[in-house]
Amino acid sequence: MMFAHGFGCDQNMWRFVTPAFERDHRVVLFDHVGSGCSDLSAYSRDKYASLHGYAGDILELCRELDLEDVVFVGHSVASMMGVLAAAAEPERFASLILIGPSPRYIDDGPYETGFSRADIDGLLDALDSNYLGWSRKMAPLIMGNPERPELGEELTNSFCRTDPEITRHFARVTFLSDNRSDLEKVDVPTLILQCSEDAIAPRAVGEYVHRHIPRSELVLMRATGHCPNLSAPEETVAAITSFLSTDDDRAGARRG
Amino acid sequence: MAETRPPFQEDDAEDLYENAPCGHLSTLLDGTIVRVNRTFLTWTGLRAEDVVGRKRFQELLTPGGRIFYETHYAPLLRMQGEVREIAVDLVGAGDRTVPALVNSTVKRDPDGNIVLIRTAVFQATDRREYERELLWARQRAEESEARARSLAQTLQSTFIPPAPPAIPGLDVGAVYRPAGDGDEVGGDFYDVFQTGRGRWAVVVGDVCGKGADAATVTALARYTVRTAVMRTRRPRAVLNTLNQALLRHPSERFCTAVYGAVHQRPGGGFRITLASGGHPLPLLHSSRDAGVSSIGRSGTVLGVVEDPELKETSVDVEPRDVVAFYTDGVTEARRGDDFFGEERLRSLVARHNDADAPSIARQIVDEVVEFQAHQPRDDVAVVTLKVPPRQ
Repeated sequence: MMFAHGFGCDQNMWRFVTPAFERDHRVVLFDHVGSGCSDLSAYSRDKYASLHGYAGDILELCRELDLEDVVFVGHSVASMMGVLAAAAEPERFASLILIGPSPRYIDDGPYETGFSRADIDGLLDALDSNYLGWSRKMAPLIMGNPERPELGEELTNSFCRTDPEITRHFARVTFLSDNRSDLEKVDVPTLILQCSEDAIAPRAVGEYVHRHIPRSELVLMRATGHCPNLSAPEETVAAITSFLSTDDDRAGARRG
Repeated sequence: MAETRPPFQEDDAEDLYENAPCGHLSTLLDGTIVRVNRTFLTWTGLRAEDVVGRKRFQELLTPGGRIFYETHYAPLLRMQGEVREIAVDLVGAGDRTVPALVNSTVKRDPDGNIVLIRTAVFQATDRREYERELLWARQRAEESEARARSLAQTLQSTFIPPAPPAIPGLDVGAVYRPAGDGDEVGGDFYDVFQTGRGRWAVVVGDVCGKGADAATVTALARYTVRTAVMRTRRPRAVLNTLNQALLRHPSERFCTAVYGAVHQRPGGGFRITLASGGHPLPLLHSSRDAGVSSIGRSGTVLGVVEDPELKETSVDVEPRDVVAFYTDGVTEARRGDDFFGEERLRSLVARHNDADAPSIARQIVDEVVEFQAHQPRDDVAVVTLKVPPRQ
């Protein structure tokens, strides 16, 4: 099982969820290049100018670790990275689990998300006003010591800290992306976990994703907000476990 | 008589909560506001009955702020149990915006489950405005730095030809590396151009100093040489014209330059006639005896005296011979007290004489830059000529 975090923080987003799967699965956690404790010098504006750059990294990880039958769990924008990766190399993936996916964050006619282009500029302003744990004093320490996480723990807001320029770029790439036409290319069993009252990925968007991914199942969660992996880990784990067991049945039925 | 309380009586907790010098909110885990103090309501102009039990904290933020809340604020609060100094814009009654800094902590039940989020709100209109101005100033500084860098690079690119011309029967290489990060214009220039049928000019020079003022003289030097060649091809005469131009220029800057007139000999190979005005003499690697020697005689620096001493020397270059023109950025490159020096350059040319001219030039500049830990203090320019071996 590979867990990919979304825009904002790092792999710590999964800390309440992954323990439940460690017994039966090989769990792969990582920080996207440009986030968390990744090597920031590997960040390239050209490569990460679209989500395809991140999807490429996911496939590279699979190849490097020699992973097969991957259950890919993506939160928020990482859902779409998984969609792109699975569309490119479906044979790698056993299934996709998309938590709060949104193929496009900005309103487009009848496709409604509640956000306009100007709102995304507002987000960039909010990011500019909040260089979390990132200052001229701290930046060299953070940049120079990706292998020393203990240094990070002394810093407040360290889970969401990263280079402000990279954050801005990642925010732009995330919230201005439009991957609606990629959904139908997914040909693996897919679970969509949709929170109630998710301001970033509203229910209508989750239903849109469900309609356009052929073999998908939509689960509406009681959890509110955009991060059920943090706010409702039990419900999240239960939904994933139940999907995986029925998925095993399906696979068993096919084999039998 | 009625009891009177002393004026320093302990503050009343309820009154402190309501009228604290900061706004205060208690919310459920999903952000639903369950209690709010009077200070918050006064700042935002909101009414308790419109907020308590009806609104979530994140709904009081701008749309962009709401995304920030979901992607940063809420996750951090879950993971750390507290968040501090987050800048938000609250949207109050009549869409009034209240710039604020907020801190949140969580209240847990005895089992450690989060039951409540407590948020203190500090109005920060002036401070946020000031921060915005600092940010803006920083962005402007970065922009003008980038502009200055691109201007310097554009200017610098006029001191060298975009690519050396192709000379039939002669292999030409040229590499230029500006000092430091390359955000300042230096004084090195070079040029290679045709002066007639079977005739070519190679000029390499160095105007003293750096920056915009030096750049105007560097441009003058390169174009004066080009113009001078229209009247004469004698190296001495070309450098004399350059000397006159520099003397008449209001700047006090001087310049060193070496000018080589190259022409094809009827029997094959080339003859180079050159003169140097105080410039390091080019090196010749001879394939016949495998030795490296400097060619020409050093003359007077240009732009200082009316009548500089300039002497012409001619050499014939044969197949597999290599000639390397360079600026003092090569030999005077320093590592601590150690100079790169002419000896290192000579052995470098000897070692790589089998390569083609562009590779030799590239090799010289690479080694010089590496010698200075990739931060050269001076510009480096190298022009190499090589007569390819007979097929």
